[in-house]
Amino acid sequence: MLDRLISDIKNITNVIKYCELSSLPVLEIKKEELQKVCRLLFHKKHLHFGGIVAEQDETRRLYYFFLSKEKKALILKIEEKISPHPIPSISTIIHGADWLEREIEDLFGIGFRGHPRLGDFVIHSESWGKTIKPMRKDFNVTQPLYKKAGTGPDFWKPIRIVEGQGVFAMPIGPIYSGPSEAVHFMLETVGEEIIRAKTRLFYKYRAVEKLAEGKTISDVILLAERFSGTSAFSHALGFSMAVENALGIKCSKSTQLLRIIICELERLRHHIARIEGICNSTGLCVATSQAGILHEELLRISCEFSGHRYLFGLSAIGKILKDISYDSCSTLAQKSSSLLKRIKRLESMLRFSSSFLDRLEEVGIVNPEQARQLCLVGPVGRASGQDFDLRCDLPYLCYKDIEFNRAIEFEGDGYARLRVFFKEAKECIKIIKQAVELLKDYDVNDQFDFDINNFKETLSKKPVGISFVEAPSGAALHWVRLNKNATVERYRIIPPAFFNWHGFHLSTEGFAFQDFPIILATFGLSVAENDR
Amino acid sequence: MKQWIIEGIRTGIKTTKYPKKFDTSPGISPSRPILTQSSKIDPSICPTGAIKKKGKSYYIDYSRCIYCYRCKDDRGGSLNWEDGYEWAYFTKKGQGPLKSSFRSSTHILVVDTGSCGACLSEVELLNNPYYNMHRLGFFVTPSPRKADILMVVGPVTHHMELALKKAFDAMPTPKRVMAVGTCAISGGIFTPSFITASSVSEVIPVDLEVPGDPPPPLAILYGLLILSGKMQPKE
Repeated sequence: MLDRLISDIKNITNVIKYCELSSLPVLEIKKEELQKVCRLLFHKKHLHFGGIVAEQDETRRLYYFFLSKEKKALILKIEEKISPHPIPSISTIIHGADWLEREIEDLFGIGFRGHPRLGDFVIHSESWGKTIKPMRKDFNVTQPLYKKAGTGPDFWKPIRIVEGQGVFAMPIGPIYSGPSEAVHFMLETVGEEIIRAKTRLFYKYRAVEKLAEGKTISDVILLAERFSGTSAFSHALGFSMAVENALGIKCSKSTQLLRIIICELERLRHHIARIEGICNSTGLCVATSQAGILHEELLRISCEFSGHRYLFGLSAIGKILKDISYDSCSTLAQKSSSLLKRIKRLESMLRFSSSFLDRLEEVGIVNPEQARQLCLVGPVGRASGQDFDLRCDLPYLCYKDIEFNRAIEFEGDGYARLRVFFKEAKECIKIIKQAVELLKDYDVNDQFDFDINNFKETLSKKPVGISFVEAPSGAALHWVRLNKNATVERYRIIPPAFFNWHGFHLSTEGFAFQDFPIILATFGLSVAENDR
Repeated sequence: MKQWIIEGIRTGIKTTKYPKKFDTSPGISPSRPILTQSSKIDPSICPTGAIKKKGKSYYIDYSRCIYCYRCKDDRGGSLNWEDGYEWAYFTKKGQGPLKSSFRSSTHILVVDTGSCGACLSEVELLNNPYYNMHRLGFFVTPSPRKADILMVVGPVTHHMELALKKAFDAMPTPKRVMAVGTCAISGGIFTPSFITASSVSEVIPVDLEVPGDPPPPLAILYGLLILSGKMQPKE
């Protein structure tokens, strides 16, 4: 399958170089041919677009990720000398690449020819008097620039705004209703209908990728764990697995199973919290309380199991930092199974509450075609017919040995997303149970002992590690390049929320203004995960 | 709708007895490190330098602890961790608790200035049946004009600085500011950086600090109780 793909690419273009990175095939092509190859892979071969990773030191390198359902991934590479000449934009071919290109332009200053709009994305122009390109190697991350940033225009004005009789623009955020994450929405409405919505993100940009540069591996794990607290373990796992790939470490079966257990516990808690959010947005108090009770109980179970309510401080290279006994795992499986009945009851009660369903059904629709164009991932994508799930499609850890069904719905409305959350939450409990059952045959304390001094030879080659992890909110890509002195040279996270926020505006356009909070809740996206 | 009412009654009361009775349910607190006479101390184990030296003895600066658990005895460290959640304290430059007129009704504005989402989730959980801060007269408000307490979560990113200042200025006096979480108090692992301030107090004056990454709901509730003057701070 992969060989055929590569030969198809070779038929239409001249592959300059073929190599492998972290056991994935990399095809280096000329930048002029990029659009042609992307069209072939995305539109003709129907591969899933995974994102762009940029690197810039002496040369400029761009890596384009394509994933296929046949358990394969492919990388296109462009390498050139640093020059002011732009790279052809692929956002006209793959809409999902739009924001990725804007991000790279903002952080590196790499131009994209044919992109409709660049600038003022990650780095907000109203907050900075001068332009900064923080991801460039000569940029000093510790300088306290924020103190003397100077003044920009001090307020943000959208470039274009709909005008006409009875048209109102409603700015929402970054501080709005109750405890909510900092994000800005510009809703343009005619009467009740939203005709155009714009999401403005990166108010919370903390430059995690830049902070990671030059830090030791054990310090970067902390960053990977803490940039998105509600999916902390999954992202820390993504980073650890990327480093393990780079160094060629294979962790023991028991560690893999433990990681699956913790990952699924996190997914379960994340999904229950999203369900709580959906009930809350429709004003259904008792259901909110019921889901809230489950949420808090899951946090307490996590705390008893790991010591921390949000599963911080567990990840390490090749192992789980805490000594976990088999008994505590089986207690966890027992406790989570006891929640299953209550989750099912909540679901069936919600299914028969007509006032609740009225607010969700046929509201906030993203159709499968749009979802594919925007490369939506995770529960949001799966509710719109994109059955992409890394646990099945590019199995990592030992998900191969575990039986579970992927959730898929095709309506793409709020109710479909709720059903996906419920279905996956129930599958999580099943997976935990199976993993604990499998763990019985292995020694829980059989852990890899990581010592960086054993890897001096590998490190001298500046190895690259790539990992794909299905975080609670969808497919996440972690890219790590290590340096000779065992520090991180480049860390890149492509979080699932990044793609899903890109598609969020579609779900609101054409729907009533008062449905907006409900649509927002059914998407259940984390801003912190996107903003990094 | 009938079935929801029955379900609600069937669930019974889940709410904690705190502050009347100290809650010791398992899993409500991530605990925190303590120094005992016998503990062997290795300050270099802490990635954020929370184990500090004063004269000849060591102490733990909780405003820097990010809960990596590397100093804990079951993960290669040597320190014991103690349970509990009454960790909030008044800052030296702060104004102390609110006056008695706020005791039965205090309105809170929550501002996210770059939190990872965990702190914010814990703040949201204060409205959960388990904690239910309404019973103590705390209300979350979306408007700074109605707010008495400004709750800031997350290290202050430069992009949120202006919004935070505006929200603070729009609040009527008397007002108090509480910084929730390690990131808000000391920047956590996100400093030093070109884009985040090293603490909320660098931008607006802070009256109360709640350490923890994230502080559990009861720690935030304790902070609210002492800041609004409903409770005397414990030593």
